[in-house]
Amino acid sequence: MADVMNSHATTSGTHGHRALQHHFENMEQQREAGTLGMWVFLVTEIMFFGGMFLAYTLYRSKYPAAFASASNHLDITLGALNTGVLILSSFTMAMAVYFTQVGKRRPQIFCLIATLILGLTFLGVKAKEYHDKYEDRLIPGYLIPGAPFGPAVQKEGEPPDHHKLHLLPGATVEQVQMFYWIYFAMTGMHALHMIIGAGLLTFLLIFSIKGRFDPEYHSPVEVIGLYWHFVDIVWIFLFPLLYLLGRHFEHG
Amino acid sequence: MQSWIPLVPDSASTFSWKVDALYFYLSGVTLFFTLLISAVLIFFVIRYRRRTPYEIPRPVAGSHKLETLWTIIPFIIAMTMFGWGAQVYFQQYKPPANAIEVYVVGKQWMWKLQHATGQREINQLHVPVGRKIKLIMTSEDAIHDFFVPAFRTKMDVVPGKYTTLWFEATTPGTYHLFCAEYCGMNHSGMTGSIIVMEPREFDNWLSGSTGSTTPAAAGQQLFQTLGCASCHGANGEGGRGPTLAGVFGNTTQLQTGESVRVDEGYVRESITNPQAKLVAGFGPIMPTFQGQISEDQLVQLIAFIKSLPAGGQTPASAQAARPAGSPAQNLK
Amino acid sequence: MPPGSKTVKSIRFVILNSPCLLFVIFVPLVANISMRPIEYYEPPVPSKVNYINAQYGLKSWLLTRDHKRIALLYLGSITFFFFIGGLYALMIRLELLTPQGDFLQSATYNKVFTQHGIIMIFFFLIPSIPATLGNFLVPMMIGAKDLAFPRINLLSWYIYLLGGVVTIYALLAGGVDTGWTFYTPFSTTFSNSYVVATGLGIFINGFSSILTGLNFIVTIHTMRAPGMTWFRLPLFIWAHYATSLIMILGTPVIAITILLLAFERVSRVGIFDPALGGDPILFQHLFWFYSHPAVYIMILPSMGVISELIANFSRKNIFGYSFVAFSSLAIAVFGFLVWGHHLFVTSQSVYAGMIFSFLSFAVAIPSAIKVFNWTATLYKSSISYDTPMLYALGFIGLFTVGGMTGLFLASLAVDVHLSDTYFVVAHFHYIMVGGALMGYLGGLHYWWPKITGRMYPEGWGRFSALVIFVGFNLTFLPQFVAGYLGMPRRYHAYPPEFQVFNVLSTAGASILGFGMLIPAIYFVWSMRYGKRAEANPWHLPGLEWRTQSPPPTENFEVTPIVTWEAYEFAPAEETEVIGKFKPELEQI
Repeated sequence: MADVMNSHATTSGTHGHRALQHHFENMEQQREAGTLGMWVFLVTEIMFFGGMFLAYTLYRSKYPAAFASASNHLDITLGALNTGVLILSSFTMAMAVYFTQVGKRRPQIFCLIATLILGLTFLGVKAKEYHDKYEDRLIPGYLIPGAPFGPAVQKEGEPPDHHKLHLLPGATVEQVQMFYWIYFAMTGMHALHMIIGAGLLTFLLIFSIKGRFDPEYHSPVEVIGLYWHFVDIVWIFLFPLLYLLGRHFEHG
Repeated sequence: MQSWIPLVPDSASTFSWKVDALYFYLSGVTLFFTLLISAVLIFFVIRYRRRTPYEIPRPVAGSHKLETLWTIIPFIIAMTMFGWGAQVYFQQYKPPANAIEVYVVGKQWMWKLQHATGQREINQLHVPVGRKIKLIMTSEDAIHDFFVPAFRTKMDVVPGKYTTLWFEATTPGTYHLFCAEYCGMNHSGMTGSIIVMEPREFDNWLSGSTGSTTPAAAGQQLFQTLGCASCHGANGEGGRGPTLAGVFGNTTQLQTGESVRVDEGYVRESITNPQAKLVAGFGPIMPTFQGQISEDQLVQLIAFIKSLPAGGQTPASAQAARPAGSPAQNLK
Repeated sequence: MPPGSKTVKSIRFVILNSPCLLFVIFVPLVANISMRPIEYYEPPVPSKVNYINAQYGLKSWLLTRDHKRIALLYLGSITFFFFIGGLYALMIRLELLTPQGDFLQSATYNKVFTQHGIIMIFFFLIPSIPATLGNFLVPMMIGAKDLAFPRINLLSWYIYLLGGVVTIYALLAGGVDTGWTFYTPFSTTFSNSYVVATGLGIFINGFSSILTGLNFIVTIHTMRAPGMTWFRLPLFIWAHYATSLIMILGTPVIAITILLLAFERVSRVGIFDPALGGDPILFQHLFWFYSHPAVYIMILPSMGVISELIANFSRKNIFGYSFVAFSSLAIAVFGFLVWGHHLFVTSQSVYAGMIFSFLSFAVAIPSAIKVFNWTATLYKSSISYDTPMLYALGFIGLFTVGGMTGLFLASLAVDVHLSDTYFVVAHFHYIMVGGALMGYLGGLHYWWPKITGRMYPEGWGRFSALVIFVGFNLTFLPQFVAGYLGMPRRYHAYPPEFQVFNVLSTAGASILGFGMLIPAIYFVWSMRYGKRAEANPWHLPGLEWRTQSPPPTENFEVTPIVTWEAYEFAPAEETEVIGKFKPELEQI
């Protein structure tokens, strides 16, 4: 863990940077505290998502066929696209942090805009996916008052219809509802975090344009970068667990 | 009948005194350490009270020896408590093989009990002295808890699964039955009594009470009316559905390759959610009875299936539609 | 020798002053006390400006970034919630005076005990010491000007208020009757009360906890003054560090659990409802995974306070300082491994039960180590009978009882009998009231002069400490007996044979309530009429006492540089080793 002995408090040349908060001795201590603070916050986020991962693990082991059927029904193309988009956005975010550190404002702003656009793309694709689920009556329970859960099930001998749910042997519609409950809870929570991230990026963009960041003071960019990477990592876990189950079965 | 020790309730089961013994040991250790620490504290607080306003005592170095000592000794004491507790716990929670079964269904806010011989009771349970009794319990709604202080045992009653509780009563008398898991408005009213009787009195009670059909016989009727016989055969010999005769208590192979033990929980699951654990070699054609069958009826069907002997002979329950019977009838 | 020479002057000095010098050498030889007078820390020249009067106006308080003002804001709101929880307790005890349910209707009683638990746990006990004493003292004890994130600190107070408002709305709208444990499927399917609204209030409140813990961890890691190494930290800091670890790791789990519960109630999908394919025991696992560590959030800060009180009111370093520090961390870690002991009677596997039982015994050991170390600290010390010390001594006794009765519940066979009876109720009240609350009150008294610049009336302080101690024991000791006799908890009406214990308990509760009203009155009184306190009224070496009372907004005029060990009353050379021959003082 970082120990800061602020022995250079009296000799620091960064004394009195305009962004130095009054309770910190110097910018290094402030940056150290901010970064550690964000890491601790991300640990709490891991614990938060952890509860849902536990529910997922439990019910997947209880209803494997239903989970495979339901996962098969998700659109893997859109999911993979989103994964690529998010990984790219993490890259542009990391580049934004780098450019801030070396003081190159224009590339920094460009990278931030790229990250924001990619993030909004992700959200847009997600919205399309959610809409598809709404159309297919796959939103669980009575969350949407007019459209309770009630998907059409693919029966034997019917022509394959990718709007209909193909149930593998051993799967029931109730169990599939459990999958979709967990799907919406986890991706919904993830999307909420992305929306917050997009908001934070907007703030970063505004401050970057105003020239608030420089090589001495760039910890907000770094810290929000950490947050963005975390949101990306959560998706990297979600994608295979939710989208890639049972793909070795024939897709109905 | 209050016990002469006002600190413990009546002792009426074979493990009451065991739990009490452990309790007294724990109390003794607690009392000892509490008195010891209090005495030392009081002694120090008086002996080392401040005598002049500005005095400062010499610091005293720590002592690794002392620290080790008072880590190891409490740990050892704790382990004795753990070991003893675990040992008695195993006895409390491992039901013996040849126990008389009683089915219990808890619901807001009453207990429904049914003996294997058919007698139904509400909020009361008559049991004979000296026989092992096993309760197979479930709930219709929220989680309840079947608690008999005199027997020093309790077990939660959970909807959607079966839990078991066993005891062997030692002393005739009437003892409290409490619900010990908060379950709503009348939780404190969900009480009853366990009436322990001498074996002869118990037989009299059994023959005296006009019991309905045994659960197993009622289950056989349900087996017909609900259409189970059409796939599983009138005596569970099998057909389009797997054989049921003689499977209870053994393991069966599932479609996924794993094998599962056929107990109350598995049978219940197969009726309410048939596709969950399909027997190998059979298709997913059994309809679900979730929502169409009550917990009482489930218990009766399970009792019937338990009674089916291997080989598809006439089940014992068909012969015994009689209300009275010695509890010695050993329905597996 | 020339008359004015230095040598002559020295000789004259010695001769003229020899009686004093002899006295100064002789007395410690005889009385075995140190030479050192106490006031060797120079109290700073007090200035008129402190954090309270630095700025006036409501806005300066409601938009403050000063951790000390935020601590006072918390103090006010926490006291408010404590009184609400206390009113509920009063109603419970009044109802339980008689075996019949004649004071309240059954449905109302169920709401009353539920709300007593929710308010006391989430809105009083969990924030109490960290948010008031912790917020005030953590920066001061490490020599910092503020916490790492002052605005987040203020935000955490507003979040706490928002959670409180939502919960109070739920209470006023009709209340919640599920028990503070919200067990499913009763809370998801069968309860007709304001479960979602209350859950939302608790969910929001959880973020207050998380932010406080985050702030403490970052502050303690990055903002210690020069020379303040980890092992020079006061044990109060170690305790709050361990508490913060639990806060950040455990609270998110209860957050997601409540969220899932609320969604299930609203959307009728069965995560926890067996009728819809869910598992009600899953809820219990998720719930207790947080709620057991939560009880350590409640007790660890109090233990930190007790370490301070014992050391400072006996003027000695805590015996086995590093053992006490590591015990705090051990409790935090082990605390996450024992949640299953709340599920022993839920048809959890007997083997899982054995593992959790073993671990539950293991988690008791660090607490035992602390109790022994505190007691050993008093050996050859100099104990004063001030109010904070009385609370600390009370804590040690009551916590020993509470902790050891926990062992009854960790022991599987006995827990089968005692689970869900009044024994459990008595056990946790011994820890939470006899432990955590005593620590809180002791700490409030101890630091009151620092926080407000005024002294509370000592006589009334000692009197109320004794009344609280007596009242508390009378309230909860009979409940142990009633529990073993089989009286279940959460019972509105009970069989008549338990009445005698309930009457004793209610009698004790009235004494306890009276005892707790007295400090409420004299604390408020003292803020205006109390004797003004100096910078270091107890004459102690801690960093927080080396600045004026009340402190200036930036805490210290100059960043302190720490060159002394924790609780260093006398230099290390004078350390006495137990069991060894006492070294002779050097002949002068």
